[in-house]
Amino acid sequence: MNPPWPNVRADFPVLHQQVNGKPLVYLDNGATSQKPRSVIDALVRYYERDNSNVHRGLHTLSMRATDAYEGARTRIANFINAADPAEIIFTRGTTESINLVARSWGHAHLKPGDVVLTTEFEHHSNLVPWQQAAKASGATLKYVPLLGADGEGGLDLAALDKLLTPQVKLFAFTHISNTLGTINPVAELCRKARAVGAVTVIDAAQSIGHIPLDVRQIGCDFLAFSGHKMCGPTGIGVLYGRRDLLDQLAPDETGGGMVVNVSYEQATWKPSPERFEAGTPNVADAIALGAACNYLDALGRDQIAAHDTALVKVAMEKLSALPGIRIIGPRVGAERSGLVSFAFANVHAHDVVTFADEDGVALRGGHHCNQPLMRKLGLTSTTRASFYLYNTEEEIDRLVASLQRIQKFFAG
Amino acid sequence: MQDLTDLYQSVILDHNRRPRNRGKLPTANRVAHGDNPSCGDQCTVYLRLDGDRIGDISFEGSGCAISQASASLMTLNLKGKTAPEAETIYAGVHELVTTGKVDEDNLSDLAALAGVHQFPARIKCATLGWHAALNALKGDPITATTETHKD
Repeated sequence: MNPPWPNVRADFPVLHQQVNGKPLVYLDNGATSQKPRSVIDALVRYYERDNSNVHRGLHTLSMRATDAYEGARTRIANFINAADPAEIIFTRGTTESINLVARSWGHAHLKPGDVVLTTEFEHHSNLVPWQQAAKASGATLKYVPLLGADGEGGLDLAALDKLLTPQVKLFAFTHISNTLGTINPVAELCRKARAVGAVTVIDAAQSIGHIPLDVRQIGCDFLAFSGHKMCGPTGIGVLYGRRDLLDQLAPDETGGGMVVNVSYEQATWKPSPERFEAGTPNVADAIALGAACNYLDALGRDQIAAHDTALVKVAMEKLSALPGIRIIGPRVGAERSGLVSFAFANVHAHDVVTFADEDGVALRGGHHCNQPLMRKLGLTSTTRASFYLYNTEEEIDRLVASLQRIQKFFAG
Repeated sequence: MQDLTDLYQSVILDHNRRPRNRGKLPTANRVAHGDNPSCGDQCTVYLRLDGDRIGDISFEGSGCAISQASASLMTLNLKGKTAPEAETIYAGVHELVTTGKVDEDNLSDLAALAGVHQFPARIKCATLGWHAALNALKGDPITATTETHKD
């Protein structure tokens, strides 16, 4: 179960180090992925050669920076098969992207009596902004239930059909659950939402770097993701929006770069994407995100998805054999993304993470920005192992050995 | 990293496995709650003040071995104490978990928490229950959160 690309681990400088005297096993990819040399080089090259402000200067460096920045926008549009680069708005990440829709779209369209629909297993970033939008507008926020005592049944599609009334103005849902590993049937959800005239927003933070993603095939209205979970830098993300929707939307932030005409009394806005990118944008990280798209496509997103699937299959088989473990999300053998969350009856997740770290294994422990879901499942925290293109079966064995040591220690 | 057995001493493991004074206290006349929002640890402290002394004290909540053991040790060490005495004991605990310095005369079994200072990320685990208890003593029902107090 080694990565299908020869020497792919050599592309990631950070992987080649010892942690607590043991070779690093990085299994916290759901939180952030590591960066290949080509992405790091793109950042360095920009700052060493092209650094300049964009869209303003007529000098050579500014033109180079502008070309590279807009080239990255086009590259990302191609990466998700958007119809038009103007549908790609650069943001700080998924959270800012969703907040932009919640505030701009929510302010313009939501009113008392309307319903905003989301699911019981959203990351806080796709939950709290809708709570705020509902509070501000007087709309009601409703949740599509999750099935199964361990959340193994996924989204309750029968309940969704009942909840999808003409009062629903917007349906926001995750593509892949960061806690459960559940892969939502996003195209089907968009189709159902469209039938009642609801706008759709997809949180693609966990899917963008892991599986092929085509916004036109999915049929969504908005889609949000972060660069840092797909081999790109932190601080850069994207809001995709259908062009006709974006052009009707008022900006959330105003200032330089997004205006056509300004007087002492008023201002008029440029079209998308500039309308939503007030101020000097994050040029370097946008360019490096374009480099990340190139890196992932050179490997092949089908192959990345296949490797994720193969790793998680092995992990599910080996982890489920540990005594006293409770794995949440899809059962062994069922479709799931490349991550596993689990809990032990007598060892808290933070103790697990501390001990695994002593073995050089990086895991995540906690509520995974999913507090309501944890409460629903009767948990306060879980430990999560999340895989990516550079992980190996040997690393899963290191994880399992570490967990066995932890169980033995706490059993006394 | 330091050896984890410094952090997970046998006293800690024992209190984690068999927490003392755990559960609601029916006779409590003071209650306060502590939250660590970054990890989800929670601790509710119940205490009964008899005059100016803590007549009885208990806790409930969920969290890592460090937070559970520290809260359990806390109940044993605060029972029968006045508010100023409790503050003095906590000052010693705070010193202990942030510097590792043990006050041999006063801390007794709490010295098992000394290893925490080598793991700065875990200091908040060790102090969560104590902050809830001090808030309860002050008659301050607001939630103690690790984001508003230092350590």
